[in-house]
Amino acid sequence: MSGPWTAADGPRGVAQQRLLVVDPTAEMAFETRARALPELLRARDLVVVNDAATLPASLRVCTGSGRMHELRVATPGGPTGWWVVLLGEGDWRTPTERRPLPEMLDVDDAIALPDGTHAHVLERSPRSPRLLRIDWGRDDARVLALLFGHGRPIQYSYLKGDLRIEDVQTAFGVRPWAVEMPSASRPLDWAALRALRGRGVELATLTHAAGLSATGDDALDAQLPLPERYDLPARTVAAIERAHAGGARVLAVGTTVVRALEGNAATHGGRLRSGEGTTALVIGPGFVPRIASGLLSGVHEPGTSHHAVVRAFAPAALLEAAHQHAALRGFLVHEFGDATLVLPRERARLG
Amino acid sequence: MNDRPAALVTGASRGLGQALALRLAERGHPVVLVARADEPLQDVVTRIRARGGRLAHAVVGDLGRPDDARSIAAQATALVGRVGLLVHNASSLGPLPMPALADTRPEDLLAVLEVNLLGPFRLTRALLGGLALGQGGTIVHISSDAAVEAYPGWGAYAVSKAALDHLSRVWAAELGESGVRVLSVDPGEMDTRMHADAVPDADRWALADPDVVARRILALLEDSVGAPSGARLIAAQWSADGEVTA
Repeated sequence: MSGPWTAADGPRGVAQQRLLVVDPTAEMAFETRARALPELLRARDLVVVNDAATLPASLRVCTGSGRMHELRVATPGGPTGWWVVLLGEGDWRTPTERRPLPEMLDVDDAIALPDGTHAHVLERSPRSPRLLRIDWGRDDARVLALLFGHGRPIQYSYLKGDLRIEDVQTAFGVRPWAVEMPSASRPLDWAALRALRGRGVELATLTHAAGLSATGDDALDAQLPLPERYDLPARTVAAIERAHAGGARVLAVGTTVVRALEGNAATHGGRLRSGEGTTALVIGPGFVPRIASGLLSGVHEPGTSHHAVVRAFAPAALLEAAHQHAALRGFLVHEFGDATLVLPRERARLG
Repeated sequence: MNDRPAALVTGASRGLGQALALRLAERGHPVVLVARADEPLQDVVTRIRARGGRLAHAVVGDLGRPDDARSIAAQATALVGRVGLLVHNASSLGPLPMPALADTRPEDLLAVLEVNLLGPFRLTRALLGGLALGQGGTIVHISSDAAVEAYPGWGAYAVSKAALDHLSRVWAAELGESGVRVLSVDPGEMDTRMHADAVPDADRWALADPDVVARRILALLEDSVGAPSGARLIAAQWSADGEVTA
């Protein structure tokens, strides 16, 4: 990492988190503690969270030649096979981009799994030869049993120690869809949710299969995020429609929630439709969010794809000033870093 | 259409857990059965399907192992979408025959607390996002009169059940606003393998049939007035007969 930004080097809770608040309506930014988040929202605001639980998505596997590899699940579930990424031997203390290249596998090649069984390659992605669709030789529930029995959470080279499965869960994550933690939710422990409810803030959920953040392949990393699965409940669509009709503000928690909501609306003529779907939407400069008008996320270094999502919610000059302040004040980036809140605007001001 | 919430029952391969799983499935609840060994669980799943229960699933896990709660919660949620009724039934008595406290090794007490107290705590935490974010649901802790009465020789088990009762009360106090009902249920003495392990020379004819107790528990679950959240309930105070389904 270059520049003034430092990553948090281990799991941190909400009590240690700082919050960078960007208020586009008042055209101001300030810093506070993440614990203060509920006080910044008000009655009738709607907060939409991702209820995905995080899988132990990394397995040590062996290819036909006898070489060890790390297999990372990219997209869980799906009717026929799962997308996975192979990384060459070595552990997480080596940054993914410096890991040896994986062996090139062909369709039908076997991958020896830690429980003594084998998976088989169904397809190599045109995006990258490292991205494979595999048949685990068992149903999805048994795949989860394999992952929980033998897998570990995906690790990060900038952390001091190993992450355990508890370290990568949000307070309310329950559906086992995410392969990396939907870490924007970290300020929202149950005390914060209770405080929000106490203020009359409404909560709604969706599930988004938060995907890999790095694969060790520059060409593939440049294409991240890959298309990801989501499930949008009817009750959440109803809550958002009520909020919009009543002029209430909608806050998305995490770029995954933004992708699911905006991706869903984009494929249904601007309106939300409940149900499962896949979104390939990449949110970049100039994107105008139609569903949420505010965002809670981590602190993202300008230039990253996550920062591009934040830019869709606030004017560039205001964000730049806020990030200069955050850099000077030593705000921490990455999964266990500090948080950014772009306060939602009134619906009537959207446009 | 089936609008019954999916139920998860721990310790479902025999005794009260098995009886509860069979009766919940009969009522139309999708059921996830949890126990340490796969084969006896599959036998119960097969029995449920033979009786016409459509949605019954087995998940192998050990509540005494800290990481298994996440695994059980993930597999169950993947199978049924959302667990709306959570029945913490699995229990360990500890070493047999059950020693007096004076002869109980601290590590044996700890092992019993892992299964009977921390296991249910961890599993509730792992499933809470499907219960307390607005959808609501029910959590049932299977207790024992040993939680209230001090019987010599029941130390580790009794301590774990007393703590479980209070865990249930505090969950109820914290989750009341979220539409989650939390109960503790004393099933009474039953003719189960656990009871035989604990009291090998008991008169079996004097013990309740676990199926009758399961039907009583289903009756009290329907009784939102008589069995409010936070309550510790005696299953024998509800009738099993009202719950015989056609």
